[in-house]
Amino acid sequence: MPPKGYIEVNELYCKACELCVEDCPQGVLALDMERLTSRGYHPAYMENPEACTACRICAVVCPDAAITVHRYEKVEAKDG
Amino acid sequence: MVVTDVPTKLVYDRPAALDPRVTHYCPGCTHGVAHRLVAEVLQEMGEVENTIGVASVGCSVFAYNYFDIDFVEAAHGRAPAMATGIKRVLPERTVFTYQGDGDLASIGMGEVVGAASRGENITIMFINNATYGMTGGQMAPTTLPGQVTSSSPTGRDVDRQGHPIQTSELLATLEGSAYIVRRSLHNAREIRRAKKAIRTAFEVQKQGLGFSLVEMLSNCPTNWGMTAVESRDWIEERMLTYYPLGDYKVSPAVAEIKV
Repeated sequence: MPPKGYIEVNELYCKACELCVEDCPQGVLALDMERLTSRGYHPAYMENPEACTACRICAVVCPDAAITVHRYEKVEAKDG
Repeated sequence: MVVTDVPTKLVYDRPAALDPRVTHYCPGCTHGVAHRLVAEVLQEMGEVENTIGVASVGCSVFAYNYFDIDFVEAAHGRAPAMATGIKRVLPERTVFTYQGDGDLASIGMGEVVGAASRGENITIMFINNATYGMTGGQMAPTTLPGQVTSSSPTGRDVDRQGHPIQTSELLATLEGSAYIVRRSLHNAREIRRAKKAIRTAFEVQKQGLGFSLVEMLSNCPTNWGMTAVESRDWIEERMLTYYPLGDYKVSPAVAEIKV
């Protein structure tokens, strides 16, 4: 199944608390251990982007309002 | 990001009522969630320009920096008194306080009981994390029996140090209170329920129905000495048994509000 959307993590706000990683029901997210943000955290990123359903749970649990969720319109229409 | 040539719809964005500023809260602290819920609700109600917040003392002392909302800072525990004055002088404005348990349930207990008993038409956001966060994790009036803190290293002994105060239950007994509920911020489902409660609380004030308070169980990963994920499990396993979620006071007029 193609992804239904994607998220963007604002790395200014992300503090690598891992709550989004833990709560994503599709296992999409992980902390990027290859990079550091300007504040010294490993930011959350989409490790497995194909599985994203744009369900918004990551954004709801994010304590720093760092996550923006986008949904693909065509995919959504096709899937009903 | 996977596909780029497909039109997309923004389905979740940071609320504009939050200042574009990094908070000083520790990673994973659900104070940030509570801030975001308040910002979202006020934005959805179109009340951002009309609202005055009262910040407390504690970790949430800098709340005035994090909202794009008019704010004042109260003396420790005195936010309900300050909100009372503001609301009485400017009754058309939405007035809320944002207080932690060290501020509201300890030094400020007299103020909040007074405001509730007078039925002041204000809204209180009460963040309960069972500890004094800012000062280093000392025992608070809300600390659970047996809970280890920096000032109760062998765990809270209820015979010596008393029992935790259940603020929502206490305030619900007062005639003046209109809407008193307890919610939690430990998972997405409870966060959504908390947002609904915050919306109801602000509607109570808008319709002039009286005193409203939303208690939110929150975490303190740093002072509890655990990861953010573990601290949310701790809320679920430990705090929910002593602080059951629920609606403790919903006056008949409030029950008719649909949000």
